[in-house]
Amino acid sequence: MIQIKVGLGTCGISAGGESVYKELLNQIQTAGLDARVVGTGCMGRCFDEVLVEVIEDGLPSSLYANVTPEKAKRIITEHLVENNPIDEWIINHTPTGELEDLFPKQVRIVLRNCGKIDPQSIDEYIETGGYKAIEKALKQLTPNEIIDTVIRSGLRGRGGAGFSSGMKWKFAKEAQSDKKYLICNADEGDPGAFMDRSVLEGDPHAVLEGMMIAAFAIGADEAYIYCRAEYPHAIKRLKRAIQQCEERGYLGHGIFGSNFDFKIKIKEGAGAFVCGEETALMASIEGKRGVPKLRPPFPAQKGLWGKPTNINNVETFANVPWIILNGAEAYASYGTEKSKGTKVFALAGKIARSGLAEVPMGITINEIVYEVGGGIKGGHQFKAIQIGGPSGGCIPATMGDLRIDYDEINKTGAIMGSGGLIVLDETTCMVDLAKFFLNFTQNESCGKCTFCRIGTKRMLEILDRITIGEGKDGDIELLEDLAQKINIGSLCGLGQTAPNPVLTTIKYFREEYEAHIYRKKCPALNCSALLTYTIDDDKCNGCTLCVRKCESKAITGELKKLHTLDQSLCTKCGKCYEVCNFDAIIRN
Amino acid sequence: MEQNEKIKFEKEIKNFKVDLFEKKDMQGSLIPLLQSAQDSYGYIPEQAIYYISEMTSVPAADIYGVITFYAQFRLKPLGKNLIRICEGTACHVNGAKRILSALEDELGCGVDDTTDDGFFTLLSVACIGCCSLSPVIMVNDDTHGSLAPDKIKRVLKTYKNRKN
Ligand SMILES: Cc1cc2nc3c(=O)[nH]c(=O)nc-3n(C[C@H](O)[C@H](O)[C@H](O)COP(=O)(O)O)c2cc1C
Ligand code: FES
Repeated sequence: MIQIKVGLGTCGISAGGESVYKELLNQIQTAGLDARVVGTGCMGRCFDEVLVEVIEDGLPSSLYANVTPEKAKRIITEHLVENNPIDEWIINHTPTGELEDLFPKQVRIVLRNCGKIDPQSIDEYIETGGYKAIEKALKQLTPNEIIDTVIRSGLRGRGGAGFSSGMKWKFAKEAQSDKKYLICNADEGDPGAFMDRSVLEGDPHAVLEGMMIAAFAIGADEAYIYCRAEYPHAIKRLKRAIQQCEERGYLGHGIFGSNFDFKIKIKEGAGAFVCGEETALMASIEGKRGVPKLRPPFPAQKGLWGKPTNINNVETFANVPWIILNGAEAYASYGTEKSKGTKVFALAGKIARSGLAEVPMGITINEIVYEVGGGIKGGHQFKAIQIGGPSGGCIPATMGDLRIDYDEINKTGAIMGSGGLIVLDETTCMVDLAKFFLNFTQNESCGKCTFCRIGTKRMLEILDRITIGEGKDGDIELLEDLAQKINIGSLCGLGQTAPNPVLTTIKYFREEYEAHIYRKKCPALNCSALLTYTIDDDKCNGCTLCVRKCESKAITGELKKLHTLDQSLCTKCGKCYEVCNFDAIIRN
Repeated sequence: MEQNEKIKFEKEIKNFKVDLFEKKDMQGSLIPLLQSAQDSYGYIPEQAIYYISEMTSVPAADIYGVITFYAQFRLKPLGKNLIRICEGTACHVNGAKRILSALEDELGCGVDDTTDDGFFTLLSVACIGCCSLSPVIMVNDDTHGSLAPDKIKRVLKTYKNRKN
């Protein structure tokens, strides 16, 4: 029997996965083949989507990249009917032909099933050892033993702050109450991150199983998954997975013959970044505006509807079944002294291979950028990484040997965050990037704390001024001063960390701020107001293309005669620069 | 309101009711109710706010507060075609701003707004999940990736042509 897998995560679907899937089905039917086509989640190579893997009994599998419906048709006819694989499209022609070779330096614990199994099939999950961990937990372990295992594994929360998950469970277990809740935080608000989405889409049962184990350990019988509404595929697959569990009796009453009862509901978020913060999230589940509350009391004492609540991130839960089955020591054998296990990163930006990568903690920045991510796109220069999203910061390429773990990253002024990792090259303006994130947090501030609400606005105004050439002496110091006050004066993590992107770029790229402020120049040639366009007399051959494109009529000239550019009319839109085929427009 | 629309409205409001009463616990039902109102109409009509207020005993002003807090809820109807421009980090560093200004020029309206002919609504989102194709826009369910400002006209044209 032939099995064909098609990448149908959001990345695969956006790249046209569904039409490839349909075409494969059609072609198989036409050819009368005995083949099964399954949609899988994201295997991490998003830049190669649509991915199609052809598996024939007894043969090494063939992974086709960048498949279109036309290519799909040829794959069926040539590879399967004529038995003649199309070598130039196959990407796993590595020395061993193993798919693992396509993922250098990676250790796949959280992503163990992503891209491998059909996420909509509970049977496939069970075949890979799924629901064995909860069975073991219920039949062989006490809640205290589970908590002890998780503590010893060193697992820290993957949602950002990195608090010991086992300790958190312990507090929730020790809380006395007739009712406790468990929450899975699937709000994934970082605007450049997609780890949680890929796990939910690619292996929803692993998250459910992790939640069951946690619920049993702390004594909760009811859980919510708070998932952002922008993730329709994830929500659909979660619903399906929950339904399958209910049908099998893995959710409901007396699970696996024990006296453990558990149910899981999904709540769709409604688009507010701050609702990723745990107290705001709970307010949102309660149907209110998602405004954070002062802690203590911590959710473990007084959470959802006033009851003890334990909240963890998607990736945190997805680790748990593996830890229960393989033991705390196996998990702790990966990573550094204080950051154990693996971390999933969403690589994007100017990197050659954007997508998901799960690497052991302690890997260096250079290893991630060059070995995992294949280096910088288009022959550009590696300038920095941005890690931790709006709460994080930029770390320069000169610190490429830094080991990525919670504590090392904190020392730089950035944070580990949830795993968004954006790679930047010399064309990225650091002031503009800081402005981008501050614009985001300023927009998303819930408005409760004055410093967060107004302070971020003032910082944004200053950055706006700097990027249009109206920066003044003292602006950098003013930014630093405001940053410190916002940090102290905000109740929740959103405000406390909002200045980080600005502070880290000032720390490592101060000269870029100074160039904007004092020399009115943007070294990355990004801030349009600070650019000047001139015509290179030696290169202009008078084709009039730019004359026709220039809407403000700043460029004049006749055919085959040298063109001239009137600076007083130029709006710096850059169209002439884009269209000139002779590099005759100079931008600086 | 036209008679037809009124009937449709009342009917769907009824659906809400069923939806609501089926829920055993009334706790926290406000946001799901607003979501289903928006699903039915593409936005949240004023009448729906009063109706939900009656059902849940939450004052209309508080409901309005919840609606305006969350980016998902709209108080204005959508155009025929929905354009979502990604302003996530990857798209930003790959030039989303220039795509946005090309879109605004071409449409004659800004983010969160609808063209005068009601044909397009422009929304901004953070990361639609195909960063490797950035900068990206989505028109209805189609993704258009690896864009440059001068490609926008062509993309929009394919939708305009379908109009005729
Ligand atoms: C502004 C803000 C946004 C947050 N967004 C998220 C998020 O999208 N996903 C997440 O898991 N945690 C997020 N967190 C962290 C949560 O508050 C909480 O610490 C986390 O869900 C706990 O799970 P963990 O211990 O497994 O990390 C956010 C925190 C803040 C302050
Ligand atoms: S940032 Fe635009 S698709 Fe991810």
